[in-house]
Amino acid sequence: MESSWSEALLPLGTLIIALLLSILPLPEVIVSFRPDWVAIVLIYWSLFKPGRFGFLTAFWLGLVLDTLYGSLLGQHALALLTVTYITRHFHLRIRVFPIWQMSVTVLALLVLYEFLLFWVDGVAARTVPAIDRWAPVAIGALLWPLIFASMSRLLGTKEREI
Amino acid sequence: MSFPGESSDSLEHGKVYLGLRFLGLAIVCLTLMFADHQKDHLSLVRQALGVVIYPVRALVDLPFKTWNWASSNLETRSAMLAENQRLNSALLNASVRLQQLATLEAENIRLRAILDSSARVRERVLIAEILSVDLNPYRQRFIINRGTNSGVYVGQALLDADGVVGQIVRADPFSAEVVLISDADHSVPVSVIRNGLRTFAVGTGDSKRLRLPYLTNSADIQVDDLLVSSGLGGVFPSGYPVARVLQVVRRPGQFFAEVFAEPVSELDHDREVMLVWATEDSQEATNLAAEVQ
Repeated sequence: MESSWSEALLPLGTLIIALLLSILPLPEVIVSFRPDWVAIVLIYWSLFKPGRFGFLTAFWLGLVLDTLYGSLLGQHALALLTVTYITRHFHLRIRVFPIWQMSVTVLALLVLYEFLLFWVDGVAARTVPAIDRWAPVAIGALLWPLIFASMSRLLGTKEREI
Repeated sequence: MSFPGESSDSLEHGKVYLGLRFLGLAIVCLTLMFADHQKDHLSLVRQALGVVIYPVRALVDLPFKTWNWASSNLETRSAMLAENQRLNSALLNASVRLQQLATLEAENIRLRAILDSSARVRERVLIAEILSVDLNPYRQRFIINRGTNSGVYVGQALLDADGVVGQIVRADPFSAEVVLISDADHSVPVSVIRNGLRTFAVGTGDSKRLRLPYLTNSADIQVDDLLVSSGLGGVFPSGYPVARVLQVVRRPGQFFAEVFAEPVSELDHDREVMLVWATEDSQEATNLAAEVQ
């Protein structure tokens, strides 16, 4: 019923694009508004392809992010894992939500994600300006309907009916 | 679309299984973080991951590199001529000053020989390019395109045409991570060139500002004083310009003065930086310098 396109290539492609977007140089004015692309895309795939993109994907992606950002090894991995776990746990419920409600859920998930990063930074005594951290969360939740629509279109409409 | 085990019994079973897997990987993450935080236990893992992600960085850097290449190749003749002229005059200026420097250096070595102190440490340099990738926006860091394969090591100092830029904090075979002197976790031992007063310049997280927190109200420091690296601590070679004092606020009630300085190097506009190796033997350094030229 599904081609290899939507089965493996598409999710992998989107995750790689998310990785590229998360280190793309941006003008200094908007750099602190960069949404957490990897987390958002991973939330999407654990909602709609929960069997394929699980914890190991989250774990490895997190390690790659840690290396890219030079953060503590395991920090992003832990945050992504936790978000994936919660999304997986509730995926049947979340994906029948209307779009605005889904955005609110994504907001909550991203807050958790950012909080975990913030917390690890704090425990490891790394310098963290606390105020700048929450703009990406809000932007991410605002972008969710757009990302959801475009990803679902890529995936093919049949996936949206459960 | 159907899922394996949608019946309630095996669904429960699946959830327990999921929870266990999550727990296992989370423990792995915590262990990794712990090991990474305690010194260099994971430097090999880091290096391997660094090699794995190098293509990602190179891919992001590619359009910027191409753009630079294209714009430098498509420049008009007149622009090239103008630039050539400018560079020629700059070179003339520099070589005139270098001539003076050569005599001064010879004199310095002679005087030191008279005083029987060791000759000044000479340095070898290598140019590295900065990759156009963003790191964590909260920290003043960047990636360069040279790694341990070119002899880069952790703790090595970086300079640009104007002064001190930062030091290497992590190196893998093809690239290395640099922390700028303006990073909030970084400080440079400096001395005031006017009177030799020694202190530290601490980063603020803003690439245009350094803080000098350990100067008392009575310290002899003024606006526009040039701070050079003092060479204490052994990371930064001594005598390179670091920053110029911007503002000195003395509050009578407080013990320390509030002093801010602006880095002389263009921390946020650099495309190329120089890596510095200190060589103890000045004879060897001269040979190396000749080799480099």
